[in-house]
Amino acid sequence: MNTIAWVGRKVGGALVVLWLVASAIFIAIRLIPGDPAEAIMGGPGSQASAQALAAARAEYALDQPIITQYFLYLGKLLTFDFGTSYSLKQPVTQVMGEVLPNTLWLSLMALLIAWLLALCFSALAMRAGRIGTFVGNLLEIIAAAVPHFWLGAVLIMLFSSALGWLPAVDNGTGRGLVLPILTLALPLAGFLTQLMRDSLTEAMSSQFALAARARGESRLKLFWRHGLRHAALPALSLTGWAFSSLLSGAVVVEAIFARPGLGRSLLSAVLARDIPMVTGIALFSALVYIVVMAISEGIERMINPAGDPR
Amino acid sequence: MSRTTKICSIVVIGIWLLMALAPSLLAPGDPLAINPTEAFAKPGFAHFFGTDESGRDIYTRVIHGAGDSLAIGLAATALGMGLAIVLGTIAALSPRWLDEIILRVLEALYAIPSLLMALLIIAFTGPGVGPAIVAVGLSTAPGYARLVRSQIRTLKNSEMLEASTVLGRSTWLKVRNHLIPNALKPLLALVTLGIGQAVIWAAALSFLGLGTPPPAPEWGAMLSAGRTYLHLAWWMSLFPGLAIVAVAVCATLIGRALGGKVKSL
Repeated sequence: MNTIAWVGRKVGGALVVLWLVASAIFIAIRLIPGDPAEAIMGGPGSQASAQALAAARAEYALDQPIITQYFLYLGKLLTFDFGTSYSLKQPVTQVMGEVLPNTLWLSLMALLIAWLLALCFSALAMRAGRIGTFVGNLLEIIAAAVPHFWLGAVLIMLFSSALGWLPAVDNGTGRGLVLPILTLALPLAGFLTQLMRDSLTEAMSSQFALAARARGESRLKLFWRHGLRHAALPALSLTGWAFSSLLSGAVVVEAIFARPGLGRSLLSAVLARDIPMVTGIALFSALVYIVVMAISEGIERMINPAGDPR
Repeated sequence: MSRTTKICSIVVIGIWLLMALAPSLLAPGDPLAINPTEAFAKPGFAHFFGTDESGRDIYTRVIHGAGDSLAIGLAATALGMGLAIVLGTIAALSPRWLDEIILRVLEALYAIPSLLMALLIIAFTGPGVGPAIVAVGLSTAPGYARLVRSQIRTLKNSEMLEASTVLGRSTWLKVRNHLIPNALKPLLALVTLGIGQAVIWAAALSFLGLGTPPPAPEWGAMLSAGRTYLHLAWWMSLFPGLAIVAVAVCATLIGRALGGKVKSL
């Protein structure tokens, strides 16, 4: 398949998925028993004023037939209009734009650190003996199973309360970023190491590795030139998943470390049952997931030694 | 995996089940009994894991919390798996266009991160234990459904099914005799892994204040309470967290062991 056709197919598929997510959310809002205007304003408990309800009815065109509502809703989404957050009284897009850089920065740094840790550990594991392998295995499984909310607490206890090395809450020096990034990165590193080590072992014991060694290539060069590519592939194809798990993690981490961000806005929106805000963030993260997936598949196409994966 | 790790994980899961089914056997005290004079007691002989801000015994609470986490984990996995089996089987056995539609729907569900999906559901339903179970179940379903679908598709083209077709067996007989037993066995490993994951997700929701409400001895809720006193009373956070990690790690180990066995079958 040539590249243009491939890109076209990817974009088409992504649009279908986004459309389905948007439609599911549209249906879900209408499925809540009672007045949809009230649901948008935080449910019956919020005791929204008659004016606010009328405003919501007008904004979501609730007096129109349902089909018209649906197409108006899709049209708004196309222009990145996710509605108005009723708890913050600001457009959802604006609120998201303010907090997004924090979360993006945090997630990207965590992704980078996780990749570096995984690479180092899987390279080290190649040289480990029996006991080393056992300990490494156990550490990976524990790292992958540790929930963010507990890891964050333990890191604060250790490095902030007991040792006093790092602040638990960011004081603007950047040192406050270390613990949140580690909290996000360690579990991911555990997952990635498991994957990388498997494919690295396979690559390094394969026929072509033997041939390269016979040609007189050093182990280090073999690792850099061939092993790394094979190790990176399965981990790379998980980048989309990794990013979405980082977004999940960000909700918890931003709560623990009291950092402003997408996750924290989402959590307070859920607590306030601020439907426009919650659905806006959910749609946006679906978009991010799909874009990251497409990019990682593109990179995979470029570096896969076997050529076109399909 | 070595014998030792296998035995260890089975022992830990056994203790967990015992804690869940007969908590009073291991901790006779009342998990809700408050005793303000003994608030923030350090771990020691009187209180193995220390006490919290109201003087409640953490050890007793951790033991009594096992039941909730087990029930939520099982219920959520059952819901997610049930939905996945239905969707995955329909997708695998139906004509191409329907398969394509279900696949796209699954992909759409998969595009929203699990915790975000759970939060989305809770935004609609309001917080609580029931919504937490539904949220965790639904957010894990798409991943399982894809696996079920690929399992069944592989089986669909297998020789034993071809043989039954030649013999003129009905569709129902084929599904009952070949598809379900052969597709479910590999799922067993996945279910074990899934229960561990579900326990974590449910605890995460309680930690965020959206699952089990505070006075109940739920592990995630206990961690959430401990967060406020992190600098003062580390034991409030350490022990419930260790319980969660132990269950999750052992579920992973057993799931892997089962997975390996299934592969060699």
